[in-house]
Amino acid sequence: MTPLVELRNIVKTFGGVHAVDDVSLSLAEGEVLGLLGHNGAGKSTLIKVLAGVFPADSGTILIQGQPVSIRSTRDAKTLGIETIYQTLALSENLDSVANLFLGREMTGPLGFMNEEAMEEQARKTLGRLKLHLPSLSSLVQSLSGGQRQAVAIARAIHFNARVLIMDEPTAALGPEETLKVAALVAELSRQGIGIILISHDIHDIFDLASRLAVMKNGRLVGAVSTADVTQDEVLAMIIAGKMPERPNS
Amino acid sequence: MPTIASRARILSDRVAQAAGLDVRLLGMLLVMAVIWLVLHTATGGNFLTPRNLFNLSLQVAVVGIMTCGMVLVIVSRHIDLSVGSQIGFIGVFGALLQNSILPIDGSSTWWIATLAMLSTGALIGLGQGLLIAYAGIPSFVVTLGGLLFFRNAAFYINSGVTVAPLNKTFQLLGGGLDGTIGAFWSWTVCALAVLSVAAMVWRSRQRRSRYGMNSRSIVMDVLLIKVWSAFIIGFTAIMNAYQQPKTNIPMGIPIPVLILIGVTIIMSAIARKHRFGRHVFATGGSSESAELAGIDTRKLTVLVFVLMGLLCGLASIVITARLNAGASVTGTMTELNVIAAAVIGGTSLAGGIGTVYGAIVGALIMQSLESGMILMGVATPLQRMVLAVVLIVAVWIDMAYRKARKS
Repeated sequence: MTPLVELRNIVKTFGGVHAVDDVSLSLAEGEVLGLLGHNGAGKSTLIKVLAGVFPADSGTILIQGQPVSIRSTRDAKTLGIETIYQTLALSENLDSVANLFLGREMTGPLGFMNEEAMEEQARKTLGRLKLHLPSLSSLVQSLSGGQRQAVAIARAIHFNARVLIMDEPTAALGPEETLKVAALVAELSRQGIGIILISHDIHDIFDLASRLAVMKNGRLVGAVSTADVTQDEVLAMIIAGKMPERPNS
Repeated sequence: MPTIASRARILSDRVAQAAGLDVRLLGMLLVMAVIWLVLHTATGGNFLTPRNLFNLSLQVAVVGIMTCGMVLVIVSRHIDLSVGSQIGFIGVFGALLQNSILPIDGSSTWWIATLAMLSTGALIGLGQGLLIAYAGIPSFVVTLGGLLFFRNAAFYINSGVTVAPLNKTFQLLGGGLDGTIGAFWSWTVCALAVLSVAAMVWRSRQRRSRYGMNSRSIVMDVLLIKVWSAFIIGFTAIMNAYQQPKTNIPMGIPIPVLILIGVTIIMSAIARKHRFGRHVFATGGSSESAELAGIDTRKLTVLVFVLMGLLCGLASIVITARLNAGASVTGTMTELNVIAAAVIGGTSLAGGIGTVYGAIVGALIMQSLESGMILMGVATPLQRMVLAVVLIVAVWIDMAYRKARKS
C-alpha cells in the first residue's frame, strides 16, 4: 500500500551544520508515528521541512505516491498537512474564532469576512472534537493552557487535515488534559488521519504511537513497531543511537 | 477574593459587552465631553458654538485622515515618521503640477492633480514598505530617512518657494468658503447616514439569527439607532447652523470632513471586518504565529505602508487645497500629532491593539485642546507643553486600565 507521506533522503543544513542528514521516513493512513530524540536531534527541523516552514536542501516528499513541492506553510496546508507547534502559534490578541480561521478566513465579495459563518463553523468543529471553550469571543490570551490547546487542535482539524503533526503535544498539559489528547489522537487515527507525535520524552508518547522513529545528531537511528520493543530499548536507541539487538534478526 | 470594586467592574463590563459597546470608547467620549465643557466654560462660552465646532471638524480632517492609516502601521508593530514630510512634498509637487505644468484653469486639472498626488503617496509608501519588509531595515530608520528626505525634497523641487494659487475646483477639496456641500446636500447625506445605520443594525440582527446566534435585545438595537441618529442629525444641524460670513446661507458639511468620515468608515471596516485587517492584527500580535498560519507578513507590511502613503496623499490634497498653496513647510511635526492621536486613541505601540474610531476620537481630543487653548489665548509653546503632558497621561491611564482588566 502506498504510504500517505513519504520523506526520501531529506537534507537540511544551517550554516554547514547538518540539522537533518539524509533522513527517509514514511507514514501510513491512520498511523500514529512517534518521532523521538534529544533536543537538537533534528526532529523539529525534519517536521518543519514537512510543514513548509523552511524547504529542504535536497530530498523528495511524496504524498500518496505523488512527489510534491512544499515551499511554504501555505503549500503544506493546501496538501492537508497541519501542524500543532509546541508553542501552539496562536495569536494572543485575537479571539478563538479568528485564530481558528487565521489565514483561511471565510470571506464574501471584496474580502470582507463572514464572521457569523466562521463562528458557526468553529462551534461545530469544537463540538465534533468534544472540546469546550467558555466563550468563542474571548481573546486567546485569557484562555487556560488546555483551552488554548483546544483552539490549536480545532484549527488543525477543521480544514480536513490528512496529516497532523503534533510537537510535544502533552508537555504543557495536566494529567486530565493529557488523557483527552490521547483519546483525540486515537479518534483521529481511526478517521484515517496520519499523525506524527514529536517528543523528547518516551513516556509521553509510547502508549499513543503504533510505530516509533528515533533521531540522533540529524540522522535517523531507525523505526520500530511499538509492539516489538520495550521502553528501555527505545531509550537505548535515543541515547546510544543504535537499533536494539535481536537474537532472531 | 474579588473586591466589591472589581466585581462592579466585571459586572459593568458584562453589561457593556452584552449591549455590544466598547467600554474604552465610551470612556474616551466621556473624557472628551468633559474637556469640551471645561473649555466651553474657560473660553467664556466660545467653544461649543457652531463656528468653532465647524472649524474644529475642518482642522481635525488632515490629522484624522492620516491617523486612520497610522493605526494599522502601529498595530503591525511599525511606525511611520515620514507622514508629515510626505504631505509637504506631495503638496508642493501637486501645486507645481497645477500651477506650472497643467493649465491652471483647465477643467481636468483638479482630478489629474488629485490622482497624481494620491499615486505619489502610494509610491512613497511602496518604496518605504519594500525597504522595511524585504530589506529588513527597521521602519523607524526607513521612515526617519523618509522624514528628512521628503521634507528636503519639498524644499528642493521648488527651491523653497511656495507655489500658489491653485486650481479653483481643486481648492474646494480643502473646504474653504465654497468647499462645503450646503444645507440641502448636508441633510441628504444626513438622511442617508441615518438610514444606513438602521439598515446595518437590522442586517446584523438578521445575519445572527440566520446562524442561530443570540442577538442583542431589540431595545438595545433601537437605542443604538437612536443614539447614532441623534449624533448624525446633531452634527448636520451644527454644520448648517454656521453661516457664511455676512449672509444667512448655511455652510453645511465641509468636503474634507466628508472625506474624513468616508476614510474612517472604510478604514474601520478594513481593520475589523476585512481579511487584510485581521492579518494586520495577527502580525502585530505575533508575526511568527501569523507566518506559521500562512500569512505573507512581508507583503502585508508593504500593503500597510502603501495604504499609509495613499492616505498621506489624500491628507496632502486637503491641506494644500485649504491653504491654496503648496508650501515646503506644510506638515512639519504633523507626524507627531498623528502618532499621538493614534496612541491617545488606544493604539498600543507594542502592536496588535488599536481601533480606527478610537484614534479619531484621540485626534478630536488633541485638536479640541489645541483650538480651545487658542481661543483662551494660551501661548503656542504652552499649548504644546500641555499637549505633551496629555499624551503621556493618556497612555499612562490606558496602561493602568488594561492592566486592571487583565488581572
